[in-house]
Amino acid sequence: MPLRPSNHLTLNRITMATPAIQVENISKRYGKNVLALNQVSLEVGQGELFGLIGPDGAGKTTLIRILATLLLADKGYAAVNGWEVRRDYRQIRSHIGYMPGRFSLYQDLSVEENLHFFATIFGTTIKENYELIRDIYVQLEPFRTRKAGKLSGGMKQKLALCCALIHKPVVLLLDEPTTGVDPVSRKEFWEMLKRLKEKGIAILVSTPYMDEASLCNRVALIQKGAILSIDEPEKIVSGFDKPLLAVRTNDMYRLIHDLRDFESTHSAFPFGEFVHLSLNNPIWPEAIHAYLAGKQHTGIEIKPAQATIEDAFMELMTQGEMVD
Amino acid sequence: MVPAITADKLTKKFGDFTAVNQITFEVKKGEIFGFLGANGAGKTTAMRMLNGLSRPTAGQASVAGFDVYRQTEKIKQHIGYMSQKFSLYEDLTVKENIQFYGGIYGLPGREIRHQVKALIEGLGMQAFAGTLVKSIPLGWKQKLSFSIAIMHRPGIVFLDEPTGGVDPITRRQFWEMIYKAASEGMTVFVTTHYMDEAEYCGRVSIMVDGRIAALDTPRALKEQFGASSMNDVFLQLTRPKS
Amino acid sequence: MKQFGIFIQKELFHILRDRRTLFILLGMPMALVLLFGFAITNEIDNARIAILDQSKGEMSQEITQRLVASGYFLIDENLQEVAQIEQHFRQGKTKMAVIFPSELQENMRRNLPTQIQLIADATDPNTATTLINYASAIIGQYVQEQARGQAMPMLIRTEVKMLYNPRLKSVFMFVPGVMTVILMLVSAMMTSIAITREKELGTMEVLLASPLKPAMIIVGKVIPYILLALANTVVILLLGTFVFGMPVRGSLALLGLECLLFVIAALSLGILISTRTDSQQVAMLISLMVLMLPTILLSGFIFPIESMPKVLQVISNIIPAKWFIIILKNIMLKGTGAEFVWKESLILAGMTLFFIGVSVRNFKIRLE
Repeated sequence: MPLRPSNHLTLNRITMATPAIQVENISKRYGKNVLALNQVSLEVGQGELFGLIGPDGAGKTTLIRILATLLLADKGYAAVNGWEVRRDYRQIRSHIGYMPGRFSLYQDLSVEENLHFFATIFGTTIKENYELIRDIYVQLEPFRTRKAGKLSGGMKQKLALCCALIHKPVVLLLDEPTTGVDPVSRKEFWEMLKRLKEKGIAILVSTPYMDEASLCNRVALIQKGAILSIDEPEKIVSGFDKPLLAVRTNDMYRLIHDLRDFESTHSAFPFGEFVHLSLNNPIWPEAIHAYLAGKQHTGIEIKPAQATIEDAFMELMTQGEMVD
Repeated sequence: MVPAITADKLTKKFGDFTAVNQITFEVKKGEIFGFLGANGAGKTTAMRMLNGLSRPTAGQASVAGFDVYRQTEKIKQHIGYMSQKFSLYEDLTVKENIQFYGGIYGLPGREIRHQVKALIEGLGMQAFAGTLVKSIPLGWKQKLSFSIAIMHRPGIVFLDEPTGGVDPITRRQFWEMIYKAASEGMTVFVTTHYMDEAEYCGRVSIMVDGRIAALDTPRALKEQFGASSMNDVFLQLTRPKS
Repeated sequence: MKQFGIFIQKELFHILRDRRTLFILLGMPMALVLLFGFAITNEIDNARIAILDQSKGEMSQEITQRLVASGYFLIDENLQEVAQIEQHFRQGKTKMAVIFPSELQENMRRNLPTQIQLIADATDPNTATTLINYASAIIGQYVQEQARGQAMPMLIRTEVKMLYNPRLKSVFMFVPGVMTVILMLVSAMMTSIAITREKELGTMEVLLASPLKPAMIIVGKVIPYILLALANTVVILLLGTFVFGMPVRGSLALLGLECLLFVIAALSLGILISTRTDSQQVAMLISLMVLMLPTILLSGFIFPIESMPKVLQVISNIIPAKWFIIILKNIMLKGTGAEFVWKESLILAGMTLFFIGVSVRNFKIRLE
C-alpha cells in the first residue's frame, strides 16, 4: 500500500485538488468476529457537506474515529486534508474539529468555562475565532454561566459544536450530532452546518436518520461495515427504478402479507400510513385493487408513490443481501 | 366498548412547574396511538402516570379500566412496557431473558417453556437462543424486547422510543410486529420524539409544553397544517411563526 | 504553558465542585486520626487488676503504688487468699492479678532471688501480653532503684528499656500508618478514578483528538491531587503533634520530601490502574483491593511484619507503604537524617520509576 507524501510543510499550497478526506479500502476488525469496516472507500471534497448514513452498528463511528486519529485501521489508506492518519496524527489533531457521538463536554463546568477550556487547549481564544461561532453562540449566551450538564439536549449539541469549532478547524467530523435531539433542534443544527459549509469548512456528519440525507451535498449509505452507495441524495433516490405504489386498506397487517403474496410484487414494506409496493413489472393499479378486494380488504386506496431514500436504502440492502 | 385508556384533565406538577397540564384524550382498544413531543414536553411524565409509576396531581385517568390513583397494581398487571433503554439483561442469554420475564409476570413453568420455544421460533432467532443478549444485533434486541413485553398478553403495551437507530428494513419488521399485535386487539401506546415514527400510528397526539397541542390521524394533521410530513407538522406547532 | 494552566484550573473546578467528595477527602484524614487516637487503640488504660499481698510490707505497697501511678492499672480489689484469684477472673472483673509472696521483704533485703507472680487473663492474648510487659517493666525498674547504691552480686539481669517510645504509645504507630493510608487513598485511588471518569464521560476522546500531549493530560490531572495529598499530610501531622503529642524529631524538610516521593509513587500506581481500566467502578475496586488492603495489612501498620509468615514477609517488600512507614518512623521518632533512610528512599524511588515507566508504556494515544 503506497503512502502518500505528507503535506504538512505545504499547507499553504493545499488547493481544491487535495480532498478534505480521503479513505481508500479501509478495513477494521474488532476481535475475531466483528468486521466493523470492510474495504471502505470515499472522498470528501473541500467545502463539502458529506453525510455518512446508516443504522447503529454500521461502522459510522469506527470510520469517524479512524479519521479523528483515535483508532488505527487494520488495512487501507486514510488522510484528512492530505495528512495521513497514522503518521501525521498530530497535524490532524490540531486542525480538525471532532464531536463524538455522545455528549462529551464537562458537565460540571459552565458553558463559558467549557468553551474557554477548549479554546485554550487548542492554543487560541474565544475572541480570536468568535466570528465563526457567533451565530451559534448567541443562542447559548443567555445560559453562559449555566453548567453544561443542566442544558437541554439541543443546547448541549450547540455547545459541543461551538467547542469543536473554536479553533477554526479545516475539517469537521461529527458523529451522530442529531441523535436523540428533538426535531426543532435537529433542524436548527442542520441550518448551522449549512452555514459552516458556506464558510468553506468540509464537514463529514454521520446520522442514522435517513431523512437527513437530502440536507447533504453527497451521502454514503453504509450498512454492516460496507458502503452501499455514494452519490448525491437525489441521484441515489432516482437510482430506484422499479415502479412504486402506495397502498392502504383498513387492515394494515393483513395488507402487508397479502401484497407479498401477490405475483408481481418485488417488495412490500410499511411506509407510514401506506405500504410501499414495488413491482417487478408495471401493472395497472386496478389489477391490484381487484386482487385486494378479492382478499376481503376494505377502504382500498392505491396511488403512485415517489421513492424516498429509505426505499433506495432497503433496495440496496436487499441486493447486497445485508438483511439480518 | 370500554376505551383502553382515558385521560381527563390529567395534570402533574413538580413544585411550581407544571410538567403535564390538563391533558384529555382517549385511546380505543386495538389502536396504535402515537404520543409525540420534544424532550421535556411532558411525554415521559404523562406516560408514568398512566403506568401507575407516578401519582397525578389532578384530573382523572384510567388504563384498561383501572383507576390510576387507586388501582396502580392492577394496571401494572394488565400492561406491557418496553423502554428505550432495553429492559433486557445484557449478560443473560436470549433464552434466559425470556425465562426471567416469564417468571416476573408469574407465568406457570409449563407456559414459560412453551413461550421460550414459541417466541424464539416466532422471531426466527433459533441461532441466537443461547447467545448473550449483549452480542446480538440491535434490531434483534428491539424485536425481542417487544416480544417479551407482550409475552403475558397484556391488553395495552407502552413503547417508549422504540425504534431508534436500526436499519430501515429492521424498523419495518418491528412495525409489522406492532401491526400484528394491534390486529389481535392489543392497544399500542408509542411515545417518541422521532416524527418519522408517527406516520405509522393510527392517531397521534403532539405535546408541547405540557399540553396536547394537536390530536388526530397523521393524514388529517398533515392536511390541517398543509404539511408534507409529521416532521413539518411538529415544526409548525413548536415554532409557529418562522 | 497556557494549556497546562487551564487544564489544572479545570481539574480544580472538578474537585471543588464535587463538594461531597471534597468533604470526604479532607474530612476523612481527620476522622481516621481521631478515631485511631481515641477509640481504636491497643493501648492499656486503667486495666483492672487485683492484688494479693501476702508480704504486707513497705515494698509491696510501694510497687502497688507505682503500678497505679503509671496510669495503666486500677486496683479492683485487694484479695485475701489464693483461692479468690480464680473466682475473680471468672467474674471477668479483673485482667491481671499481682501476687506478692510473704518472703518478699526479707528476700529483697538479703539479695536473694525472689518471685512476684503475675497472672493475666489470656482470653485476650494481646492485652494480657501488654499488661504483663508493662507490669514487669514497672516492677523491674523499682527493683533496680532499690538495689542502687547497695553492693550488688554479679548477677546477669535483663534490662528492659523502651527506646523512642518509652510509654509505648500507640499513637506513634498509627500516625505514620494513617498518613500512609490516606496518601495512598487520595493519590492512587482518586487519580485512577479521575482519569477513568474522563474515559467514561467520553471527554477523554475529545482530549485525545486535540493537540494536547498525553503526558500533559496525565500530569495536569495529577497535580491537583498532589496538592490535596500534601494538604492532608499537614493536617495529619498537626493533629498528631498537637492532639496526641506525637514528636517529629527529624528534619521537617526531609519529611516533606519523603512524603512527596511516596505521593508520586502512589500517583503513578493510580495512573497505571487507569491505563488498564475504562470504568470508575473497576478503578475503585482495583485501588481498594490491590492497593489499600496491602497498605493496611502488609505494611506493618497494623500487624508487625516480623510476626508474619515468611511468605507474607517477602511479599511485604513490594508494598511501597512498608518502606514509607519505615522512613516515617525513622524521621519522626528516631530523628534520623537522610543517611539512615536513603536505602528505603531509593527503593521507593525505584518503584516509582518502574510504575511510571509501565504507565507510559500502557498509556494509549488512541482509543485502543
